[in-house]
Amino acid sequence: MVSRVTDDYAAMVTAGCRAVCEPAFWAGFDRSSSQGFYDYFCQLTDYEPRRAAQFGLPHYSWLCLNPKEAENMSLAEEVLAMIPSFLDRPNVLGIGEIGLNKNSRNEVTIFEKHVELAVRYNQMILVHTPHLEDKWKGTRLIVDMLKRNQGVDPARVIIDHVEEHTVDIVLDAGFWAGITLYPQSKCTPSRAIDMVEIYGAQRLWLNCACDWGHSDSLAVPKTAIEMKKRGHSEAAIDQLIYGNPLQFLRQNPKFHVDETIEEVHRDAPQK
Amino acid sequence: MDRSRITDLYFAEARSKLIDLAAFLDRIERSKGTDDFRMKAFRAALLELGTAGPEKAKKILLALSDPTEEPVAQAGTKSASGAWAGR
Repeated sequence: MVSRVTDDYAAMVTAGCRAVCEPAFWAGFDRSSSQGFYDYFCQLTDYEPRRAAQFGLPHYSWLCLNPKEAENMSLAEEVLAMIPSFLDRPNVLGIGEIGLNKNSRNEVTIFEKHVELAVRYNQMILVHTPHLEDKWKGTRLIVDMLKRNQGVDPARVIIDHVEEHTVDIVLDAGFWAGITLYPQSKCTPSRAIDMVEIYGAQRLWLNCACDWGHSDSLAVPKTAIEMKKRGHSEAAIDQLIYGNPLQFLRQNPKFHVDETIEEVHRDAPQK
Repeated sequence: MDRSRITDLYFAEARSKLIDLAAFLDRIERSKGTDDFRMKAFRAALLELGTAGPEKAKKILLALSDPTEEPVAQAGTKSASGAWAGR
């Protein structure tokens, strides 16, 4: 959300969004020093939650160095050393979005160091999988590395940006799979629902990006409308877009939404 | 949901995308030069659309993917091109 205007927060709340989770990501340019990351982590854990709170929206974050900056190993090591000092902040849910971008050796090394850090500090993990032609290879590399680390609990890991050729790799290995909705790249609402219909909704969730590129902060509610058109029940839609993220995120005791509203929501008659 | 209902819901959108795709190929073929690796992969992936059987989206994604297994020596670039250059 750091690259979005407050209108996005207003629109998300109006559409029924109950919380926002913002992973650390690439800024669109390489940061020149670890101090740049320090400022960014402060923004994610201090300023942005206060901005979201003005709209009644709980804000959570995940911290890491994005794989796009992993070729600079000395910078990456400095950032990795800094992350533990932020982990006890109240809105930090874990380590993410770590992963691979071009599937390089340095990216692999820094990914494994992030995973080690998460295991050492008992943190949940959010994983970014590469774009386009690099996704299939990168997803297989990521799943293999996570499975090799005995300290990783797959139930506390979500591997994001799955598509039709990677969703089964992630689910079969016991991890959560995220489907990221974008207007052009990654996945459209209709393809996302296809995957839900084929693989079932267990350990699947939908998310949308609010980044500095072409992205739609309301893609999840729009997908709910698309599911309704296809005849999915309100209970099934609610489970996929609300129940599943709650189930995963509540593994971290820091995560909570307004229980009173949730009870009203759950007790509402199903049409 | 039966085929008639799915057709009702998605035919107009798919028809529009099909014509856009055809117009893109016409545009490419009116232009000077030859196909690069992206267009070669694109044309190969298109063949999947005409085949019978399930998982066409998966097969097209795989046709455009890097099939190798070992990490590359260095990232080189940050962006993806949409097709694997090594095919």
